[in-house]
Amino acid sequence: METLEPILAEHPFLKGLPDHYLEMVVGCASNVVFEPDQFLFRDGQEADSFYIIRKGRVALEIFIPGAGPLAIDTYSDGEVLGWSWLVPPYHWHYDARASEQVRAISLDGRCLRGKCEQDMGFGYELLKRFAHLMERRLHATRLQLLDVYGTRR
Amino acid sequence: MEHVAEHQVRAHAPANTMRPLSYRVRQYRAETEDTFSIMIEPEDGQSIGRFAPGQFNMLYAHGAGESAISISSDPRHPRELWHTIRRAGIVTNAIGRLRKGDWIGVRGPYGASWPMHEAQGKDVLIVAGGIGLAPLRPALLQILAERHKYEGIFLLYGARTPDDLLFRRQLEQWRGRLDAHVGVTVDRAPTTWRGEVGVVTTLIPLAPFNPLRTVAMICGPELMMRFTARDLIDDGVPMDQIYISMERNMKCGIGFCGHCQWGRYFVCKDGPVFRYDSVQALMGIREL
Repeated sequence: METLEPILAEHPFLKGLPDHYLEMVVGCASNVVFEPDQFLFRDGQEADSFYIIRKGRVALEIFIPGAGPLAIDTYSDGEVLGWSWLVPPYHWHYDARASEQVRAISLDGRCLRGKCEQDMGFGYELLKRFAHLMERRLHATRLQLLDVYGTRR
Repeated sequence: MEHVAEHQVRAHAPANTMRPLSYRVRQYRAETEDTFSIMIEPEDGQSIGRFAPGQFNMLYAHGAGESAISISSDPRHPRELWHTIRRAGIVTNAIGRLRKGDWIGVRGPYGASWPMHEAQGKDVLIVAGGIGLAPLRPALLQILAERHKYEGIFLLYGARTPDDLLFRRQLEQWRGRLDAHVGVTVDRAPTTWRGEVGVVTTLIPLAPFNPLRTVAMICGPELMMRFTARDLIDDGVPMDQIYISMERNMKCGIGFCGHCQWGRYFVCKDGPVFRYDSVQALMGIREL
């Protein structure tokens, strides 16, 4: 039977993960497809998963009363979307909408949290990878706040 | 001369270098709310001649003054000379009021070019922020015209909003090419925008260039260039294969007046294009 293991093993986010930990991840993974304009998740909903985008683009949106939705970030091929499944109270803070058809691997957050609790080594490996992701996104967000394109003639 | 590559084109100041040549505006094109392009042609047959990608001219608006403006057109057609300008002060606003047939003075071309020769046989990564795409456009046009001389071509372009993107029609054409990777991102966008959202550095991991065999050309606000260079270095691009285009208050264009002094360099004469390893230390000095 074909599994998602070879794909996940090659993905930069999980590369180098010991085999037995990779098996634990694969056990929580499934293939998903979202059609254009379909929401992967919405603000306030329970955060019960994260996604590895295989193909397509997802816009992270915030709804501004009186102005409508505004895209503040996008995720494309190969990128990892979502870490609210890891942080209590496990709720999404934004809307994630497929800008085009999206093929992704969904990782079940409840399933992973359970395994993290049982095996702290596994939990630490996952946390290290998410911390790196968060650091890059935080850095990019700070640059966005600086309005870096404003001054050149 | 360690701040430039061996084959970078550099301006040779002619004897009458302070006297502007007479040009006429032939076309005006609005690019964004505050940015426009003008195409100018010599009035009496005397032109500035050929230019290299990355060089700039001093444009003189009668009664207002001069401003250093990068050339944004195809170097293969030096008589169709385009400049893309943001309205930012008295001179650029005066140039922005010029229309077809109006007179404009031109001195140049000045400065060091992008390292077109060094990039041959390698991946070329062009990273532009805001109006920084204008000085990079001649390099990209030349590269695409001589496509066989280069390996992968990667254009990463960031702007504030979709309305702030320059050369929009041409961007679409470039995005449609199968032999170039074009990524465009904006800081914020309505949901009708189907491109990327985020700063331009977020496009770097999505571009499959070979770090060790890449020449990177970066142009945009200083902060954006600094963070882009830092990310490229983190990804393994050697510092001596990264080039940036600096901007300072340039007045004479030939290194005489000292207005654009930057450490031991004059940006007008030694730059505006610098190899990153030679200026990295200067970029961290707040007083400069």
